[in-house]
Amino acid sequence: MPHSQGPPLAELLPPLSDHEALVEANRCVFCYDAPCTHACPTHIDIPRFIKKIATGNNLGSARTILEANLLGATCARVCPVQELCEGACVLGAEHKPIMIGRLQRYAMDYVYDRGIDVFSRAAATGKKIAVVGAGAAGLSCAGELAKRGHAVTIFEKRDLAGGLSTYGIIALREPVTVALAEIEMIRRLGVEFQTDMELCRDIKLADLRSQFDAVFLSTGLGATPLLGIAGEEHIVDGLSYIEQSKLDPLRLEVGARVIVIGAGNTAIDCATIAKRLGAEQVTIVYRRSENEVSAYQHEMEFIRKEGVEFRFLSQPVRVHVNNGRVAGLECVRMSLGDLDASGRPSPRPVAGSEFFLPADQVVKAIGQEKPPLAVALGLATKRGHIDVDAEFETSIPNVFAGGDCIRAVGACSTVMAVEDGKLAAIAIEKRLAV
Amino acid sequence: MADLRTSFAGIKSPNPFWLASAPPTNSGAQVHRAFEAGWGGAVWKTIGAPVLNVSNRYGAWHYGGQKMLAINNVELISDRPLEVNLREIAEVKRHWPDRAVVVSAMVESSAEAWSEIVRRIEDTGADAIELNYGCPHGMSERGMGSAVGQVPEYCERITRWVKDAARIPIIVKLTPNITNIVHPARAAVNAGADGLSLINTINSIGVDLDTLEVTPSIGGKGGHGGYAGPAVKPIALNMLSALGTDEVVGRSGLPISGMGGISTWQDAAEFLLLGATSLQVCTAVMHYGFRIVEDLCDGLSNWMDAKGFASIDQLRGKALAGISDFKDLDLAFRAVAHIDPKTCIKCNLCYVACNDTAHQCIDLVAEDGRVVEPLAYDIRSNGKYEAVSSRPQPRVREDDCVGCRLCYNVCPVHDCISMVELPPCRESVTWDELSKTQPEVTNDWEAMERYRAAQGIHIH
Repeated sequence: MPHSQGPPLAELLPPLSDHEALVEANRCVFCYDAPCTHACPTHIDIPRFIKKIATGNNLGSARTILEANLLGATCARVCPVQELCEGACVLGAEHKPIMIGRLQRYAMDYVYDRGIDVFSRAAATGKKIAVVGAGAAGLSCAGELAKRGHAVTIFEKRDLAGGLSTYGIIALREPVTVALAEIEMIRRLGVEFQTDMELCRDIKLADLRSQFDAVFLSTGLGATPLLGIAGEEHIVDGLSYIEQSKLDPLRLEVGARVIVIGAGNTAIDCATIAKRLGAEQVTIVYRRSENEVSAYQHEMEFIRKEGVEFRFLSQPVRVHVNNGRVAGLECVRMSLGDLDASGRPSPRPVAGSEFFLPADQVVKAIGQEKPPLAVALGLATKRGHIDVDAEFETSIPNVFAGGDCIRAVGACSTVMAVEDGKLAAIAIEKRLAV
Repeated sequence: MADLRTSFAGIKSPNPFWLASAPPTNSGAQVHRAFEAGWGGAVWKTIGAPVLNVSNRYGAWHYGGQKMLAINNVELISDRPLEVNLREIAEVKRHWPDRAVVVSAMVESSAEAWSEIVRRIEDTGADAIELNYGCPHGMSERGMGSAVGQVPEYCERITRWVKDAARIPIIVKLTPNITNIVHPARAAVNAGADGLSLINTINSIGVDLDTLEVTPSIGGKGGHGGYAGPAVKPIALNMLSALGTDEVVGRSGLPISGMGGISTWQDAAEFLLLGATSLQVCTAVMHYGFRIVEDLCDGLSNWMDAKGFASIDQLRGKALAGISDFKDLDLAFRAVAHIDPKTCIKCNLCYVACNDTAHQCIDLVAEDGRVVEPLAYDIRSNGKYEAVSSRPQPRVREDDCVGCRLCYNVCPVHDCISMVELPPCRESVTWDELSKTQPEVTNDWEAMERYRAAQGIHIH
């Protein structure tokens, strides 16, 4: 796979030039009550921000985006636009949809490159809110509340804020600098960040409740679950793999023959890293068929072009290890049966169909555990996730939650977490005003 | 293949496309190249009085990513020595006997000066002289150009001087910077002109938002220039039709060379249909070069073939018959907009245009037939499936549609919105007839209300 110029994991798409942005912006028909805006989870007024680019009002364009979505720079890069705004574009049927994501990035780059702060903080209200977890939902909620003059402290268990944007999204889609710039913007809105502070370990919910007027939990999901197979201790965790590729790429060990277990978007990212950082052969092993993968269609097309192979209907059985080094992955063929609880056909092993795939590195990206804090804090849960009402309030009064930790149904995404944070901020403000 | 040959006041050209008197016809080398590219004629950049030009001559108006919808210029007439121009004109005409070579001229307002320039132009062998009564900047401050064209008496007097001196056809070029272009046109007819041409450029100015100076800025100063290009076309067409429908000018039978924003063969056909005999082009050539003449000819010819016109003569002025005063329009004529749901992309531009600025007669209709409000979706909804599948269809309430045609004009999809003619609900009548038969209706609101009630006219 030929790489574009620059480091192998450099941002895939170049920024639009002024001319490209202008031409593309002028192609937008400026729909009224536009379907792209409807499809956007944060309902950015897309035709408005695009027409502002067309008129050269780039600052106004950025403001339009950020008013609906404080993490517009991240979302411009990581949103699955084919499933959201661009997928709904009225030009999609017979023409190419407008490149909404890249135009949004153009407007965001305009303000970030120039160090322009679009918002300033409102007069202090005297209200204090604690946000636990500095991922997309937490940042969005904290920023929205700070904008309105509330005093917000974010407690983050890691040493850097940003959650998956910082640690878990491959740099090829979002460079870590983009996430860090957004965090700094939120800090300048007056949000205080306390990192290396984990709920239950370093701080207690009861203390937060007594010291703050409200608490917002945006703690994300848990660790990658166990496969429960022999030799699992030799398997590399997918999220750690991505994290190292972003923060310490020179020390990331990449095998010559890499197997990635799982077929979600994290698995695609892991396979991309392996392929681009030198693996000769990268194989994705998935126990169901291609019809059931949770990776987006466009991600599947992308990874095929990267030269990654698939073994569908294959379930890992054991990691073969030779002298302490991975030698390969033994799998068993699967067949699909009746629909399971997730609504997908359940895979069943085909007796005697074991086969061996040689490999020197096995990475697993099979999703994340349900949020462990839900139970630890004694919160009511829904399918293992924190249960919230329509106003994002948990079973404990004045404790709100949003983001992946409440996403009991449907796929998680950054932009939905941003929307949760925004709506929760509005709900919290309403509550505090009473 | 339609016959594009043109005869204008006896001047022959293989097609009706002439370069207008402007920078593209500044030199013999340029006109040679233009003729090689296929131009039927050229009106030489105005020669005459000595001038000095300035830098930053051209401003322009760009819109929606489209460059140069119009150009705004402060260039003067030719600044090349008269002798050089005359020599090159003679060379070009010798080399291209089948092309129309017309020389635009402008000198101080004296019979002697005009007679002198006419004699010298005739010596070149040029086919005709175009009198530049239109240049709106610089020259007008010296009593030439539009300073003449704006005063019908001057226009007539100078044209007479020229006609007295000339043996070749004289074309009078009119300025649009006048309240009624018919008056100078009639003056030209009275003075015996052999043809008319219009429009020259329109007074115009721009502003630079970085420097806060007007554009084009000549060292921080600037004034109005002359506006030309696609943006002025409808204005030019209106003035052309005003001449074609004027009793005096129309009856005179003088050929008219039409210009003002002609960029495509479609534009050309519109000018011909409103009575032009030859066509002059400048801005489109300044934008894209001489090569555009190929499609001007090819497209016009193919269109004429498709429409069954064998020659330019057969289509000239065909649209003039329909030009009418408002008072003679049929007030009972009825058309309503129809949106084709099969081609509609549901951009809702028709809806917002109608609802905000017209007659509020387009509904958004959900799949189950309910009329729904815009922006009514649940903010928790997201993703393309819900956005696309729940999107309502704009639909015209025909009973309320006044047939204003705004939605038709804003729709970005070809052939999606059509104006459908409906049988009239009442007897055909014009305002003129009404004011004769029921004059009270035309000057008394109560009588108007009674008339409307009787006719079943409801205005909501």
